Amino acid sequence: MDNILLNVNNLHASINGKEILKGINLTIRQGEVHAIMGPNGSGKSTLSAVLTGNPSFTVTEGSVDFHGKDLLSLSPEDRSHEGLFLSFQYPVEIPGVSMVNFMRAAINAKRKYLNEEPLSASDFLKLMRQKRAIVELDNKLASRSVNEGFSGGEKKRNEIFQMAMLEPLLSILDETDSGLDIDALRIVAEGVNKLKSQENATIVITHYQRLLDYIKPDFVHILYKGRIVMTGGPELALELEKTGYDWIKQKYND
Amino acid sequence: MSSITQYLNLYRDNRADVHSHSVELLNESRDDAYAFLQDKSLPDKGEEGFEKTSIEDMFSPDFGVNICRLNIPVDVAASFKCDVPNISTLLGVVVNDMFVPTATLLKNCPEGVTMMSLSRAAKEQPEFVGRYLGKISPKDNVNVALNTLLLQDGVFIHIGRGVKLEKPLQIVNIFNSPAPMMSVRRVVIVAEEGSSANILFCDHTQTRDIDYLSSEVFEVSLAENSHISICGIEESSNHTRRYQQVFVRQESGSNLYINSSSLQNGTTRNDFTIDIVGEHCETYLTGIAIADGEGTVDNNSNVNHLAPHSHSNQLFKYLVDGKAQGAFEGGIYVAQTAPFTEGYQSNSNLLASTTARMHTKPQLLIYNDEVKCSHGASTGQLDENALFYMQQRGIPKDVARTLLMQAFMSEVIDTIPVEGVKDRMRHLVEKRLSGDFMLCGECGSCK
Repeated sequence: MDNILLNVNNLHASINGKEILKGINLTIRQGEVHAIMGPNGSGKSTLSAVLTGNPSFTVTEGSVDFHGKDLLSLSPEDRSHEGLFLSFQYPVEIPGVSMVNFMRAAINAKRKYLNEEPLSASDFLKLMRQKRAIVELDNKLASRSVNEGFSGGEKKRNEIFQMAMLEPLLSILDETDSGLDIDALRIVAEGVNKLKSQENATIVITHYQRLLDYIKPDFVHILYKGRIVMTGGPELALELEKTGYDWIKQKYND
Repeated sequence: MSSITQYLNLYRDNRADVHSHSVELLNESRDDAYAFLQDKSLPDKGEEGFEKTSIEDMFSPDFGVNICRLNIPVDVAASFKCDVPNISTLLGVVVNDMFVPTATLLKNCPEGVTMMSLSRAAKEQPEFVGRYLGKISPKDNVNVALNTLLLQDGVFIHIGRGVKLEKPLQIVNIFNSPAPMMSVRRVVIVAEEGSSANILFCDHTQTRDIDYLSSEVFEVSLAENSHISICGIEESSNHTRRYQQVFVRQESGSNLYINSSSLQNGTTRNDFTIDIVGEHCETYLTGIAIADGEGTVDNNSNVNHLAPHSHSNQLFKYLVDGKAQGAFEGGIYVAQTAPFTEGYQSNSNLLASTTARMHTKPQLLIYNDEVKCSHGASTGQLDENALFYMQQRGIPKDVARTLLMQAFMSEVIDTIPVEGVKDRMRHLVEKRLSGDFMLCGECGSCK
């Protein structure tokens, strides 16, 4: 198959000398939705941080191929330009930087990378308007500083709005459901589903089955102690919902 | 030998020339200043209030003083354009130590507004100017006395009773000289009862490889219910030293806004002494410092609440890079006679390199129980989480850094009450921060 988007091979990573990822193998094809589940501290967020190039983590072994590119050799911004997007578990507030300026800088940096002309002001605002509608994001939020004073739900919607603006090939949604009430969850999930296509793919990192009712995964992986210990279909998530993680811990705890 | 001696000797040896090239009102205080300075020395590093900047060192090189008031020809219009977008100003230019009125200023200065050369005003209206000159700055301050001893020229601004000046006044200070030079300037600003005006000072250095020293004393008086804003933007060179002392007296119901921003400089020391003698005054004192190379920006404030029911706010932000040094010593004094005072102060600083240094010392002196006062100081680095967040969205790291630095300064810029000046400041800060922070490329002074 030639439509492999991401291929993670024996990935090891550590922070401050402590190994968190201990040999991750993962293959994602275009059009697929993968859920990664697992108890707290198993390395789910570390995986998303390492894939996006967070400088806090050091890769000690392994490789990651992203549609033919050696992902680990790219800077965080180039990974973004190549089509990798992370919806942050805790979106960062940036006082003094307006959403408009932030988004324009991001869009035009990507266009520059792709040797395209910068967007005109009117085209840019039109694009903002279109994409805002996908997650029902208030126009007022777009004129404020990035995430500053946004509610938990607004922050997560803002993440999906940015995802819509940047049209990534691979999106990682890190605990996008945390802190969301049921209405916000629905809006966010619908936004993600609208952005789904045959070309792109999504990794959904979550503790709970709840989000997977809205965003249907093709594969469910269980991450535990820095390794993917089990892979299955959507039924695996349902089973976890019933039984919890204890049996996983017992089975792999040694 | 204190560096003050060379100035005393200069005056002693050239007294006749100093006097003959100046005017009576300015001359009459010189001998007293000379006598006062005999056994004095300038503040040195480590002295109370001067922890990081030695005025002694600043004044110790032998700068030339243009005693005979030779006119150094500078074609201001040809060589310099200080454009303030979206607003037009009433413009006056001070070249080195001489006020040069522009044609538009003479034509357009409205009724009730005076903006002119201090020495010319002192000559033409000695009684009027004498009412204000030397009345607010303390005579027993060594630096003020030195400024009085050698005072050459400066600006006299008078806003008449009830006059609400729409157009901002703008003074452009330019250093341009083929040889090292010291200029001794004084600015007297008088706002009469119920008047209002916005004043902008822009400091520039044209010949960037020449050493300059500027001694400036501001005397600002705000009568009852007057509103004055003063914004100073310093974009000089790393060979320029500036010691600026600002003395303000605020009467009841007056409203003062000061912004002092050093965007490019060599060594700068600013002192602000604001005496709030009336009730229900508003005082806003703000500043931006962007220092790199071996530069120094040192701000020292004393906001003195002497009467009840007034409100003051201080906000200073520094961005220090390279081997530069920033210092802020901020004081709020609340006298026993000033209950119901609100006085706030905040200083936050970014260090952009491991060799940059910041010294901050907030001080509150409160002699009264009925007050609301606070101070806060923080020094740190750019938020790594924000940087990574922006990079993940595809914004290159250097652009992200610039955006964060601009954002850091925007809190101060947003306080500027004149829209056009606010826009200009935002533009200048953006220009200063974009590109290579260490080598701005704009001026060539870092080459």
